Amino acid sequence: MSLRDPLALARGLGSAKDGVRHWWLQRLTAIALMALVPWFVVTALGLVGADQLTVRATIGQPLNATLMLAFVFSLFWHAQLGLQVVVEDYVHGWLEIALQIFIKFACALAALASALAIGRIAFSV
Amino acid sequence: MAAQQRPLSPHLQIYSRQITSVMSIMHRATGVFLALGAFALMAWLLACAGDPDSFAAFQSLAGSMLGKIALFAFAGALVYHFLNGIRHLLWDVGWGFEIPRVYASGYVVLALTVVITAAIAFVALNAGGAA
Repeated sequence: MSLRDPLALARGLGSAKDGVRHWWLQRLTAIALMALVPWFVVTALGLVGADQLTVRATIGQPLNATLMLAFVFSLFWHAQLGLQVVVEDYVHGWLEIALQIFIKFACALAALASALAIGRIAFSV
Repeated sequence: MAAQQRPLSPHLQIYSRQITSVMSIMHRATGVFLALGAFALMAWLLACAGDPDSFAAFQSLAGSMLGKIALFAFAGALVYHFLNGIRHLLWDVGWGFEIPRVYASGYVVLALTVVITAAIAFVALNAGGAA
């Protein structure tokens, strides 16, 4: 049995001081997605069955390309923040750390790849 | 660690399901599922930016029965997570914490999810059928 006071064990291991930032960014990206998701759904529905040239011409319009970039960045940022909490809650040990690293890299890479694709479409129309 | 065996709270299985707890875990589940959808969106953008073969490959995958089911599931999850997310943001600003309101907003979210998802599926299938 340890003679250390339970408070001493907990002290210093508490908040990493980034909880508010995480909470706030999750809400901020949620507010952005509140506007961007309806736009995306309407735009995507308009492109069902369209050929590649039509899709590229639509996404390539400056306004659409801007909104698509904003959507993709907000989406992957929001997804990363959410997945991080889910992993924190349900996965522990080394798998938790490995998953956290994997999720951050995967979301960052996917956001970059999406941005590259949008850029290629926008600059080649 | 606690030296004595403290009583544990009852296990989750013995609670009767309530709309509050079920919708809460559904928000998480749809969120994780939609993260996969985000990668599907990336694949779509890459296919559009790529050569005609890559676009055709994505089109045939999305147009297959499995693709349609996946897209329908993504649409439903997106609508639910979107609406329930607004519910969460309203709670964040302090609105609707009273239990009757929590239940009412929950039923509104569920009803609207069904209606809007059906509308999206209707538009998508009609547009897809015409093409």
